[in-house]
Amino acid sequence: MELWFSEYHTPDVKHSIRMTRHLYSRKSEFQQIDIFDTPEFGRVLTLDGNVIVTERDEFIYDEMITHVPMSVHKNARDILVIGAGDGGVVRELTRYDRVRKIDLVEMDPDVVQACREFLPSNACRMEDRRVRIHYENALKFIRRCEDKYDLIIVDSTDPFGPSEGLFTKEFYGSCYSALHDDGIMVNQQGSPFYAADAEAMQRSHKRIVRTFPISRVYQAHIPTYAAGYWTFGFASKKYHPVDDLDGDAWNALNMRTRYYTTRLHKGAFCLPAFVEEMLQEVEQ
Amino acid sequence: MKRNLTSQMRAPIYEALEQFRQMRVVPFDVPGHKRGRGNPELSAFLGQQCVSIDVNSMKPLDNLCHPVSVIREAEDLAAQAFGAAHAFLMVGGTTSSVQSMVLTVCKRGDEIILPRNVHRSVINALVLCGAVPVYINPEVDQRLGISLGCRREQIEKAIREHPNAKAVMVNNPTYYGVCSDLRAIVKMAHAAGMLCLADEAHGTHFYFGTGLPVSAMAAGADMSSVSMHKSGGSLTQSSLLLIGPDVHQGYVRQIINLTQTTSASYLLMSSLDISRRNLALRGRQVFHQVADMAEYAREEINTIGGYYAFGKELTNGNSVFDFDHTKLAVHTRDIGLAGIEVYDYLRDEYDIQIEFGDIGNILAYLSMGDRMQELERLVSALAEIRRLHQKDSASLFSEEYIDPIVEMSPQEAFYAEKESVPLENSEGMICSEFVMCYPPGIPILAPGERITGEILDYIRFAKEKGCSMTGPEDPDITRLNVLK
Repeated sequence: MELWFSEYHTPDVKHSIRMTRHLYSRKSEFQQIDIFDTPEFGRVLTLDGNVIVTERDEFIYDEMITHVPMSVHKNARDILVIGAGDGGVVRELTRYDRVRKIDLVEMDPDVVQACREFLPSNACRMEDRRVRIHYENALKFIRRCEDKYDLIIVDSTDPFGPSEGLFTKEFYGSCYSALHDDGIMVNQQGSPFYAADAEAMQRSHKRIVRTFPISRVYQAHIPTYAAGYWTFGFASKKYHPVDDLDGDAWNALNMRTRYYTTRLHKGAFCLPAFVEEMLQEVEQ
Repeated sequence: MKRNLTSQMRAPIYEALEQFRQMRVVPFDVPGHKRGRGNPELSAFLGQQCVSIDVNSMKPLDNLCHPVSVIREAEDLAAQAFGAAHAFLMVGGTTSSVQSMVLTVCKRGDEIILPRNVHRSVINALVLCGAVPVYINPEVDQRLGISLGCRREQIEKAIREHPNAKAVMVNNPTYYGVCSDLRAIVKMAHAAGMLCLADEAHGTHFYFGTGLPVSAMAAGADMSSVSMHKSGGSLTQSSLLLIGPDVHQGYVRQIINLTQTTSASYLLMSSLDISRRNLALRGRQVFHQVADMAEYAREEINTIGGYYAFGKELTNGNSVFDFDHTKLAVHTRDIGLAGIEVYDYLRDEYDIQIEFGDIGNILAYLSMGDRMQELERLVSALAEIRRLHQKDSASLFSEEYIDPIVEMSPQEAFYAEKESVPLENSEGMICSEFVMCYPPGIPILAPGERITGEILDYIRFAKEKGCSMTGPEDPDITRLNVLK
């Protein structure tokens, strides 16, 4: 018997992965959570049927969303992570000795619980003494924060579900207030390829551009996400993502990574013409 | 109020439509789209399910003009659910319910006692029937600049001074959720031989929730207009007209039929039927949740600073006898912004549409369809608007209730010989048309009223602040029609 998991990337495009075992399935207060084993991508976490993490390619996403801002902001010590209940971002952050505090705001305790049990390779550092998990609505949490963080990492699901509030102007504005004067916000900004995703990416970029003085987009290749092609937003009050990169300082940390390098860092901000055009359209 | 829950589980119109669908009756009657086949674009847009029940009145589906079977049963169930002697399903909006109430109790020359902050549909009804309004000046909360309910003493005085008035009308509640002492007003009206009418456009949930202000039927009022499509969850334009035991049902039906369509929409009627069932079975729990959400939002908004989301603390035993705590109204003047400005920011910058903004306040309408995640967005957006746009509050104008000077009946003025004059030259003249600030749709001028300098100042200010002004023939409101 063959078991296949399929995800619609558009109503007319389907991405399928053969699976061997369904390990976890639960409808939480917010979403449908599933974890299963696959021969090609290892263990996979899906939320509402969308791939969130696979053991095989999560390193690309988690490294790119973490090390890009961490290598630019050399004094980032107090960090807020939103979403990311699987623990991948926290795992990367805890590799920095300078990090003093990681507040993780995740609305769904069931995601954290499930990943602790079934995705230990991601959730392995959730017990780090610097990590505090807040099970709360992120908008509510961040409304109360002012001048409090060096870095905010927004690791949300796509903008069409329970994470919709994390793609709004009110949210980006609250992030701006919650950051110190040299703070950085990084967010996953979806795929620029298929029309619906591309529009969402433009909308979110438009709102960030109007909130932060510096706003750039960078890219990565992530096989299990729509079109295999993903973007991140880099919004900042002071540091430029490329000009203020101190590659030597980061390399001196001797951190082994599998995707991120300081050379790739610069390249990731060089975007294809069609993406540049889409961004410019909303920057005016 | 006792409801028979077993019978409330029924929805006769809905059931009849379901059965009708299965009968596959061949339509050689109207509507001409014939279950959508003749209009594929409309069917694709609205959905097959929807167009297939857009049908004509016929024997198995009854007729709203003279209901004898399934519509009659649906009305009986609605009456039972709302504790009324009878309930009429209405398809012309709550405007049609309000007009039917007025036309039932008044004829030409009769007086009717009304708070000035009535909905425009009430004054339109006076134009239709020729009755004369006796306005009661609702109290104004000086800090918030909103009109409150009527004080008992004011009603008493109006009744004493106009002993021949036919009825007293009350908003239960106002747009902002303020309730007058309805039980006492009903007693005073009845003691003077008058009927008591309630505009419950914003009070459907009073019949089903707990800890909410008293409903008109429970307070002994004689007629009430209930906007089921607001807090009741039915389709836009569907409404209910409730009557008590002392109002003649057959006469009300005749009055309704004067202006009601003879092709009532089954979409609207079935939505009333299904919504009534939902309210009867689950209303208590639903409105408990809505009230909890509103309470939560009030706390969060009041934590932001500058804003004042008001609630039950406004009650004063008289002009604010009770407050509907499912309403979420926020005073914005202390951050230096008019309510209408905050309303515009929310829509233009944050993609959040709220019910209205007036000079000093906004109102976000919460209902059974709301979720916490959207409520968080609203609160955060308000916090952001304060952070980015806060101003000095000194320059704002205080909204004052302006005492109308009624010179003649609205009907007489509406049909009188008139001329158009520039706004600035109209002072002292008698207006022959409406000027409304919309929303919330409370008249600044009604036909038959004298135009004063104070009124002209108000119109200029409200226009400047971007309130939508409607009513006059001249859409830009640079001119007014006045009596010759």
